[in-house]
Amino acid sequence: MSLLPSRPVLYAGPVFLFILFFTAACTCDRAGEDRNTGINIDISDEELKDVFSGRQVFYALPSPLETAIMLKSAGAWYDEDLMNPVENVSRYMTNRSMALNLGIYITNISYASLFDQTQTCMRYMDAARQLAGNLGITDAIDQNTMESLEENLHNQEVIMDIVSETFMSSTSFLKENNREPVAAMMFLGGWIEGIYLALNLANEDDLAGNTLINRIAESKMSFEMVMLLLSDYADNKDIAGLIDEVGEIGDIFEKIEVRSSRVNVINAPDDPVAVLSSDASSSIGRDEFLRLKVTVTGIRNSFIK
Amino acid sequence: MSLFISMPGRFRIKPAMFQKGRIPLLLLTVVLLACLPSKAEGQCKSFARHLCRPVLENFRHDGNYHAAVLEQGEEAELYKTFFAGQTYRIAVCGTEDLPDIEFSILDNQRNELYNNRTNDYSNTWDFRMEASQQLMVRIKVPPDPPGNKSAAGCVAILFGISGR
Repeated sequence: MSLLPSRPVLYAGPVFLFILFFTAACTCDRAGEDRNTGINIDISDEELKDVFSGRQVFYALPSPLETAIMLKSAGAWYDEDLMNPVENVSRYMTNRSMALNLGIYITNISYASLFDQTQTCMRYMDAARQLAGNLGITDAIDQNTMESLEENLHNQEVIMDIVSETFMSSTSFLKENNREPVAAMMFLGGWIEGIYLALNLANEDDLAGNTLINRIAESKMSFEMVMLLLSDYADNKDIAGLIDEVGEIGDIFEKIEVRSSRVNVINAPDDPVAVLSSDASSSIGRDEFLRLKVTVTGIRNSFIK
Repeated sequence: MSLFISMPGRFRIKPAMFQKGRIPLLLLTVVLLACLPSKAEGQCKSFARHLCRPVLENFRHDGNYHAAVLEQGEEAELYKTFFAGQTYRIAVCGTEDLPDIEFSILDNQRNELYNNRTNDYSNTWDFRMEASQQLMVRIKVPPDPPGNKSAAGCVAILFGISGR
């Protein structure tokens, strides 16, 4: 059962009612459209109530840093050959390619920083700085960021804080300058790179009971949010194209089963951290795994070329 | 503002502002409102960075930023996948002109797992996931008593991951 509203009702900002007025007709026309993503986008009466009551809805995709932490804790190792080479940075001239690859590079930086690859972090941060600058994101990655990285090459904690700050500054800059579609493409780039790394680091001969494989299957949940986020900006030509491109992943995820039981909260008297206890299971067959790997790799490689 | 809604699941809207002769007023309003969020969101970003992020303490901020200007009586929802084996801190902060912000966490069957009302409106909650789950965070800015002027302010939601 998905918790998500079946249709994004609002992203943010007090102008939403105006946007709603301007786009209501075409949004309605899209309501019954089947993009084969496995996501029902009908608008229920309850959600309409949400819209008109002004309730704001946010979709939090896993950040590049969270993705890297999840990869490492699931047993992934470091393989720099999988990362998008920094030499590619000069290829990216359009908003679409710059935004997607900024997300991809920040995921690469997060991955490298988790494995203490500080020199690699520096090189990738410089590539990300170029892309951010070309996108007009002036205050996200500047000379101070580079100097701070250099001064803290042996301090993983500080490097990870810088990575977190870089991502926050980039996305918030885009949002506050009404460039949400660019931010959405950046999120998509980061998400694709995360699942691409996971799929290429997982052992396809050991699918059962493999933690990394389970995390890949569970990406089905965040994929739903990727699609909802993108569909908020479907009137943008770049985003509309991307929805079609990544929609194929939805077809594969439809065949992957992810189940979870009711969650129980356990509060131990001597532990300030509550435990959200539940059973979850996911099953991914070898055919689905390979199909997902080929599809995601194809999409990711088209993003970086 | 009048809204005409027809057919369950589909809607048509004909606000009074779109009526003949009101277009200049509408355009002016749109331009003015389009300018407002940038400033408000800039202040929200600064608030989230300088006043909310420190609340994460030893948890590492994941880098995501969610903030919005809410008025008293308004609500917001955030959906997020939380991964098995990770320990998270959620921090929900409101600017000082707002009353204590209420937040609750719901599972995918909309069962309430936590509500900070039961914890003196604490602005943080720490939890560990046994299994990956998609959860909803519901934010409520309590309404003002009738007759009082309603306040508006920035509300930020940040997540930290254990591991320092």
